[in-house]
Amino acid sequence: MTELKPSFSTRLVLALHAFWRTLTDPDFAVSVARLQQGDLFAGPVTAATKPVTLRETAPESALQLLGLLQQEGRFVDFLQENVSTFSDAEIGGAARVVHEGCRKTLQQHLNIEPVRAEPEGARVVLEEGFDASAVRLTGNVVGKPPFTGTLMHRGWRVVQVRLPKLVEGHDVTILAPAEVEL
Amino acid sequence: MNEARYAIGIDLGTTHCVMAYVDLGLSDRDQVIQQMVPIPQLTGPGAVEDRLVLPSFLYLPHPDELASGDLTLPWGVQPSFTVGELARNLGSRTPIRLVSSAKSWLCHPAVDRRAPILPVEAPDEVERVSPLQASIRYLEHLRDAWNYQHPEAPLLEQEIILTVPASFDPAARELTAEAAAAVGFNQLVLLEEPQAALYSWIQASDSNWRNQVKLGDVILVIDVGGGTTDLSLIAVTERDGSLELTRVAVGDHILLGGDNMDLALAHVARAKLAVQGTALDLWQLQALTHGCRTAKEILLVDPSVATVPVVVPSRGSKLIGGTIRTELTHEEVAQTLVEGFFPWVEAHARPAARARTALTKLGLPYAQDAGVTRHLAAFLGRQTGATADLAGFEGGAPQGASFLHPTAILFNGGVFKAWQLAERTLDVLNKWLAAEGAPPARLLEGANLDLAVASGAAYYGYVRRGRGVRIRGGTARSYYVGIESAMPAVPGMEPPLQVLCIAPFGMEEGTEADLPPQEVGLVVGEPVRFRFFGSSVRRDDQVGTVLESWLPDEVEELEEIEANLPAEGRIPGEVVPVRLRAAVTEVGTLQLEAVPRNGSETWKVEFDVRGGS
Repeated sequence: MTELKPSFSTRLVLALHAFWRTLTDPDFAVSVARLQQGDLFAGPVTAATKPVTLRETAPESALQLLGLLQQEGRFVDFLQENVSTFSDAEIGGAARVVHEGCRKTLQQHLNIEPVRAEPEGARVVLEEGFDASAVRLTGNVVGKPPFTGTLMHRGWRVVQVRLPKLVEGHDVTILAPAEVEL
Repeated sequence: MNEARYAIGIDLGTTHCVMAYVDLGLSDRDQVIQQMVPIPQLTGPGAVEDRLVLPSFLYLPHPDELASGDLTLPWGVQPSFTVGELARNLGSRTPIRLVSSAKSWLCHPAVDRRAPILPVEAPDEVERVSPLQASIRYLEHLRDAWNYQHPEAPLLEQEIILTVPASFDPAARELTAEAAAAVGFNQLVLLEEPQAALYSWIQASDSNWRNQVKLGDVILVIDVGGGTTDLSLIAVTERDGSLELTRVAVGDHILLGGDNMDLALAHVARAKLAVQGTALDLWQLQALTHGCRTAKEILLVDPSVATVPVVVPSRGSKLIGGTIRTELTHEEVAQTLVEGFFPWVEAHARPAARARTALTKLGLPYAQDAGVTRHLAAFLGRQTGATADLAGFEGGAPQGASFLHPTAILFNGGVFKAWQLAERTLDVLNKWLAAEGAPPARLLEGANLDLAVASGAAYYGYVRRGRGVRIRGGTARSYYVGIESAMPAVPGMEPPLQVLCIAPFGMEEGTEADLPPQEVGLVVGEPVRFRFFGSSVRRDDQVGTVLESWLPDEVEELEEIEANLPAEGRIPGEVVPVRLRAAVTEVGTLQLEAVPRNGSETWKVEFDVRGGS
C-alpha cells in the first residue's frame, strides 16, 4: 500500500491537532504512545476513536454447525480425506452425499438469502451510505457515491439462525462420535 | 374449568405426529387464526431443536449408551427413553431398541395391546413397552412441548382433537382415548383422519368450498400415510337449503403405505448393486431406502428427469472410497411404484388374500396385496349402495353401476408428494367411471399433504362451535353381538351363529341406542365373552335385528367383548339375564353396557384387547 506523503502545511496542522488531542483525550494519548513505540498495528491508530479490541468468537456454535454438517453431510469426512488418489467419478459420488446433506443442514438451520436481489451481471447503483460490510467495492474504486458498477457476486446473508439448543456440559468438540458396533 | 382458548389438533400418526392449533378467541367467522405448533425434540444427544413433525419412534437406550444429560428436554425432564428425531436416528443403528409403528400395533387384533411387547425383537434385558404405553409417551411429549411454549394456556385446559384412522375399530378407538386419558386430556374428541383432511381443504378454500362442490357430489378421500391407507366417502348433501357434508362410508384398515413403497424401491436398487457385486448391510439398506425416497419424489414429480443418482455413504470415515453409487431411472420407479402399487386394474378387481402360513412370526398384519387401486376397487364395489338413502342422490348409484361413483377426489398423505401416484390413481378411477358412462372425478386441490390432518383437526375444533360446516355421518358401521341359536346341537357341526344388532349405522356422538328386546345371560362372578361383529354396508339394520345369514364381506368379526358381573349380593354362578346397550360417547368411542331386567345398575362391557388367539 502506498500513501501520498503529506505536505509541510498539512503536517503542521496535523501536529497541532495531535498535540491538542493528546493533551485532552486520554484514549488518543494511548494511541500516540503506542505509535511512538513503533507498534503501528497494535490497535486502530486512526485519529478518530478509541481503540477497539478484537473480540474472540466463541467456538461453540462453529463447532456445533460443523458437527451438524458432518452428521447430515459427512462434511468433515470429506475434507479430511486425501482426494488426490481418487478419480473424479469417485469424488463426484461422494460429493453428492456431501452436497445433499450439507444443503439440508443449511436449509434447516439457517435462512440464507442473497445480499443483492439483482441478477449477477446487472448494473447496480450504490447510494451514499451503503453498507460497506454487505457490499464490497472492487476494481476502479475512485470518486464519490453514488457508485455504479457491475454485480459480480450477489453475496449471501444469513437472516435467521436456528441452531439446536444444547444441554449444559454437552461436548461440542466431538464432531462425530466414534462408532463401535457390538 | 376454564373456557378453552385454543382448539388443538393432534395427528398421532403411524410414522410421525403433527400438532396445530386454532386460536378460538381471536378467530371470527372465516378469519381463522391457525398455526402449526413447533415440537421441540432431541435431534442429537444433548441437542434440542424445534421441528414441525415428531417422528413416532420411541428408543429405549442402554444405560451406558449415552452421556448423562443427553436426553434432557427443554422442560427439564430427563427421561430414560427418547421419542422423535433422535429416537429414529439411534434406532436406525440399533433397531433392537426401537419402537416403531406403535399405532399399527394398537389395532393389531392378535396381540395384547396393554402388554409390554415392543420392540418385538428386543433382547430380554430391554424393558419393553406396550403399544398403549408407546402412544402415551408420544402424547406426553406433545403435551409437554405445548405447555413449554404456552405456560399461560396449559394443554389440558384446551380442547383437543385427536385424529384416528377412519378404519380404526371400536377397540382401537377406545385404546386411543385411553392413552389420551392417561396423559390427562379431558376435553377430548376423536376425529377420523380423512375427515380432518377434508376440513383442512375446506378451510384452505376460504369458505369458497360451496362453489367447488354441489349437491349430489361424492368426495372420495384417499389418505396414504407412511404406514396405512385410509379411504372414506363423503357425500355433499343438503339441509334447510344449505350444503352439508355427510361421511357415508369408510374403508378397511389397510397396513400399506409410503414406507412399503420406499422399501420396494430400495430392493430394486439393492438388486442393481448386487449385480455389480456389492452387498449391503442393514444400515446401508436403510440409507439406500432414504435415498430412494428422495429419488422417488424427484422422479415422480418432474417427468423431464430421467435418472436420479442414489448414493449410500460409507459407514466409516473414508467417504470417497467407500461410497456406493447407483441410480434409479424414471422407468424403474414407474414400474415399481406406479405399476406395483397403483396398477391399472378393472373396477371389479379385488385384492388377493394369500393364505397365511401357519408359522408366522409375530409381526404386523401388513396388507397381503400391495395394489392400492385394487383395495380402492374393493372399497367402492362394496359401497355401491352407500348413498342410496340420501336425499338429493336420486336413489344412489345409477342403474347397473358395479361400484359407487365418486365425483371428486381429495388426496392426502406424504406419499402423494410423488404426484404421479395421485395422477395414476385418478386415471384409474376415471377409467372405471368412463366404462360405466359416468363423468370423470374432479381433483380437489390445495391440501398440504403432510400437515393437513393436524390443521384440519384444529379447524374442526373451531367448526364444532357452530362456526362452519360440519361433516356428519356418525359411526360408519353397525355393530352386532354373536348369539347362539336355539337349535339343537348336531354332532360334528358348529352351532349356527346368529348376530344381534345392538348399534345401528350412523350413531352420532353423544347418543344412545335403544335397548334390544333380546336378552343374553351373564354369569355372576365370571367373565363372559361374546363374539362381536361390525358391518360397514348394512345401513338399515335396527337395534334388535337378528341376522341368521349374510353375504361374505358384509359382516366382519371384530375382537370379542367381555362382561364382568361382580358377585356382590348375588350367588356366584347365577345367570342374570341382561340386555346390551350401545352408546357413542362425546369423545367418539363406542361404549357397551349390560342392563339387567330390573334394577337401575348397569355394568360396562369391555372390548377385549388382549389378543385372544
